[in-house]
Amino acid sequence: MALLEVKDLRTSFRTDDGVVKAVSGVDFALERGQTLGVVGESGSGKSVTFLTLMGLVDPRHAMVSGSVLFDGEEILGAKTSRLREIRGARIGMIFQDPMTSLNPVKRIGWQLEEAVLLHNDVTRSEARKRAVEILKQVEIPRADQRIDDYPHQFSGGMRQRVMIAMALINNPEILIADEPTTALDVTTQAQILRLMKRLQDEFQMAIVMITHDLGVVAELADDVLVMYGGRVVEQASVDDLFAKPEMPYTWGLLGSLPRLNLIAARLEQIPGQPPSLLHPPSGCAFHPRCEFVMDVCRQELPELRPALGDETHRFRCHLDDEARARIWDAKRAKLVTEDVAA
Amino acid sequence: MSELLVVENLQKHFPVTRGLILQKEVGAVKAVDGVSFSVAAGETLGVVGESGCGKSTMARCVARLLEPTGGRIIFDGRDITHLDRTQMRAVRRDMMMVFQDPYASLNARKRVGSIVGEPLEVHGIGTEAERKRRVQELLKIVGLNPEHYNRFPHEFSGGQRQRIGIARALVVNPKLIICDEPVSALDVSVQAQILNLLKDLQRDFGLTYIFIAHDLNVVRHISERVMVMYLGKAVEVGTKHELYAEPKHPYTGALLSAVPIADPSLGRVRKQIVLGGDVPSPLNPPAACRFHPRCPRFVDGKCNVDEPLLTPAPGAVDHRFACHFPLERWPMSEEEIRRAPAFAGAD
Repeated sequence: MALLEVKDLRTSFRTDDGVVKAVSGVDFALERGQTLGVVGESGSGKSVTFLTLMGLVDPRHAMVSGSVLFDGEEILGAKTSRLREIRGARIGMIFQDPMTSLNPVKRIGWQLEEAVLLHNDVTRSEARKRAVEILKQVEIPRADQRIDDYPHQFSGGMRQRVMIAMALINNPEILIADEPTTALDVTTQAQILRLMKRLQDEFQMAIVMITHDLGVVAELADDVLVMYGGRVVEQASVDDLFAKPEMPYTWGLLGSLPRLNLIAARLEQIPGQPPSLLHPPSGCAFHPRCEFVMDVCRQELPELRPALGDETHRFRCHLDDEARARIWDAKRAKLVTEDVAA
Repeated sequence: MSELLVVENLQKHFPVTRGLILQKEVGAVKAVDGVSFSVAAGETLGVVGESGCGKSTMARCVARLLEPTGGRIIFDGRDITHLDRTQMRAVRRDMMMVFQDPYASLNARKRVGSIVGEPLEVHGIGTEAERKRRVQELLKIVGLNPEHYNRFPHEFSGGQRQRIGIARALVVNPKLIICDEPVSALDVSVQAQILNLLKDLQRDFGLTYIFIAHDLNVVRHISERVMVMYLGKAVEVGTKHELYAEPKHPYTGALLSAVPIADPSLGRVRKQIVLGGDVPSPLNPPAACRFHPRCPRFVDGKCNVDEPLLTPAPGAVDHRFACHFPLERWPMSEEEIRRAPAFAGAD
């Protein structure tokens, strides 16, 4: 049984302008020790999916349905008290901006101890010992002294390490990281990604990496969900996704990426803007921007169906197998010839 | 190709003061500390570096939005370092900027037409009818609907706003456009649209760009030449091909290897250099080579004593670096970098 099993998760928000369908039916499973990359542009529903399954969307404005089984237990709609036992203890979270996620007027040691005391029956001095230990784990130099510093005394990369330490202090089974390196410089990002890999090996936890950066996904993930307009549009192992993407949005994403290893004279661009979730397009949400659009795309939402000969690689597209294979071969050939020409 | 812009030994120091009334100067943040480079007409110079390296301050000095502390800026054959406001106004027609945040850089209370047309008005170009025609023409060129002339910025998405920012920069037919992180706030699919647009405009109007970004992939895509900055200094500058294929400065190497590769099979086999620590404070930068505390090639008694100057790479067309112990080849692993220099120059 998977550690986390999400079925037909839907979240919509009531706003003054109408109902925003942020997540419209997401299914996936996460195994122990596995890293799942979730990619998508702003408004694709990638963050809301995970806020919803953690019970972190405001029930006064949000309508939620579906099922989330964590270790066999239904946690969607569970009591807040039960969710609090799970959050921070068995599922840890890291957010994008470490400055707004830390309390600026409390020493980081105090904040780390709090996380221990909340979930364990220990004294404060034992909690402090645990806090120093975890700060050493995330490679903060002079951890026993820095524990008494305030968040503003740390640099951006160091703050993100503190956030990781806080998420890991209770040895969670899942770490959900929402754009953890987006606000950081590349050399710091490389440090943090390497650290996360090392900690995953040591702690044997599953990681969900939510990001817009396909490079980060390629570095870290085992499996990938590509999200668009509140739905999963493609899901595959990381190698399959980059070697043989099956639908136009993923093709566009890969083509629109300036990459160090490929020199394209001109980037392939996806025309238009990500869809409005207030007035989502009919049929396939990608159809207004898709260069291969057919009549059926405007009317019917394509099913998430398996790729030819590979049950685990699934995608949404009305194009038939032959057409998709032909288009992708042509696109890939173009990328490769440009690489050789450069 | 003739040089459109020559910058010599540019410096910008921000004073640090103490005390409320008698603001005694106790130090200076040397945000830009002796940067020299030139940009030829029609080319794109990419400037990369991490936060705090001084790339934006450098750009603002070049556009004279900040007063440089020292050095010379020669634009289109004319020394503009000490021009006063009125004299500078004429120069500004030829030198426009595009900013990072398309949400903050457009006046929310003005209509698109007057935002894009403002430079024309400032420079007193054309009659009102002519200005309107020019603005609509520009909106069309950057891929917006000319009928949206009367809309407000909030009615547009991030990518469209950046197009408005580009139209505003382009409206007076400038020679040089300084783009300060123009795509870093945009989604990847939209980022590609803007990068392609900038390339098309350069081809059609013979523009020269200074393109500032922290994303090495983006800079490589758009630039002909690239300058790498670290803590207020240029540490390496060269043509795109030389710099990316054969970086000489260990910092450039570390930057290149730190970029995640969007290809899992390549990503697994590549050699990565992960630097320790963070960029130090420019208030109190390390002595001599500013990179020495983080450098895998640090040699005590040399790198922290003797400041390396930008020197040409042997056999290169246009490639200079500031390092005592440059990388011999590329790629190199962290191990090789540490081991490699025989410390021949360390005597």
